[in-house]
Amino acid sequence: MWESFWFEFINFYFIPGLVLGCIYALGAIGITLTFGILRFANFAHGEIMMTSSYLTWEFVLVASSFGLILHPIIGAIPASICAIILALIVDRLFYKPFRNSPTIMIVIASFGMMLIIRSMVQVIWGPNQITFVKGIAKPNSIIKDFTSSIDIMLLIPNKHIFILLGTIIIMLIFNYLLSSTKIGKGMRAVSDNPNLAEVSGINVENIVKATWVVGGFCAAAAGVFLAMDTQFIESTMGFRMLLPMFAAAILGGIGRPFGAVAGGLIIGLAEELSAYPWLGDGPVISPGYKSGVAFSIMVVMLIFRPSGLFRGRVF
Amino acid sequence: MNSDKILSISNLIAGYGETEILHNVSIEVHKNEIVSIIGPNGAGKSTILKAILGTLDIKSGEIFLLEKKITGIKPSDIVRKGVGYVPQTDNVFVSLSVHENLEMGAWTIETNLKEKFEELYNLFPDLKDKRNQLAGQLSGGQRQMVAMAKALILNAEVLLLDEPTAGLSPKYRGEIFATIQRINKSGLPVLMVEQNAKQALQISHRGYVLVDGSNRYTGTGQDLSSDPDVARMFLGSRG
Repeated sequence: MWESFWFEFINFYFIPGLVLGCIYALGAIGITLTFGILRFANFAHGEIMMTSSYLTWEFVLVASSFGLILHPIIGAIPASICAIILALIVDRLFYKPFRNSPTIMIVIASFGMMLIIRSMVQVIWGPNQITFVKGIAKPNSIIKDFTSSIDIMLLIPNKHIFILLGTIIIMLIFNYLLSSTKIGKGMRAVSDNPNLAEVSGINVENIVKATWVVGGFCAAAAGVFLAMDTQFIESTMGFRMLLPMFAAAILGGIGRPFGAVAGGLIIGLAEELSAYPWLGDGPVISPGYKSGVAFSIMVVMLIFRPSGLFRGRVF
Repeated sequence: MNSDKILSISNLIAGYGETEILHNVSIEVHKNEIVSIIGPNGAGKSTILKAILGTLDIKSGEIFLLEKKITGIKPSDIVRKGVGYVPQTDNVFVSLSVHENLEMGAWTIETNLKEKFEELYNLFPDLKDKRNQLAGQLSGGQRQMVAMAKALILNAEVLLLDEPTAGLSPKYRGEIFATIQRINKSGLPVLMVEQNAKQALQISHRGYVLVDGSNRYTGTGQDLSSDPDVARMFLGSRG
């Protein structure tokens, strides 16, 4: 029997937590790769996410002016290409000159890039929220009818199905890339030990470019999925995601992309499940403090196991 | 003699930034030789290997590989030109499998990889069964084998080993020295830096004793081992 506890828990806490976790996971991949390979915390990563969602919205809008109704997923394809180009340009012009400088300089450079990109987006599209997708997301009726016929009614809106399936597909491709292709193994090797990679004859600069391509693509996907989920876009949306994405990268272990995926899912679920009324009637932690959950997990990990779940790099 | 010179370092002055560590060091490695560099801690032994690899600042002096100058070239290009290098620590990719480690060593090779891998697994039979295991899960001695195999795959002209037996149990130490001899017998010259000086000199054709960043003694492995001054100062009773 489908009791009300499970109905409420699965539909209103677990699935949204999983969706949020997918978004964090995709964003954290780029963070952990740049952290592992270039050894700096890239503050501008959230802005790549945010810019991609604006670009997707713009592509969908332009297409509609030609009478073409595009799903945001289609609009995200050219947007993700632009995001990758943006990430590569930012690296070439603003990060590469600091490669051999103390880490703090490149971190500050990325902080500056964060402000520059955000300001540019505000100049182009304005500082106000924009509706990304109109209307109320209704649960998918096929899944609802089918599951209610077997007594487990699942209420999953189409946007969540897209996000979950999209993330699974990207993860499968990502897994193939990292475990079965030369460039992917090279990325893991450089992330594991950049000095050894250099003296093994690996062209580290090419690996760095590949990292921006992969990180930029995953950031674009995360940005578009976030916009689909919340149904609006605004210029600080990337920045708000930064803390939980850093928490996910640290939880999984810096430089461990599969760890970042696990970390993202754990943080997303932890944030949502912390608002469930586990004790009494009210939420255990008020939803307003959700981001505090990610922060707490990050602090606890840094104190007790700084190498993360998958034994990443310790700085 | 000149024609069989594989690696030669002449009058090298090098260090990190302003700090000079090597003052006028000269070393040669000839065809089919095992050459050891021994000396007290802080003598600059490992620094020589880093200078050959191009990972530190060279102030003056030249390094030649097969009579071609390699000073001032990027480390990854020096490796591609035929310098195999095994660092003392962190010498394997711990989160990659043994086989993936070898693949990373073979980064610049496109053809005949399968045969190359087979050759290496024959040279290091212990690694064959562990090819899918993460290198981080191996013992110190096994990691050293992976590191050596990884360095060998590029058809190196010379193999540089930085304290290959540091921190290993006597059993593994013997095994590593035996492996080094086996590698050398296959036709590859070896230049190694070693703390276990006595054992290293026993298997070396020639050796250099380095003190305070300068050459102090040079001779065959046997001569150095039996030199009373060298024995008293650097070999001690340890071995």
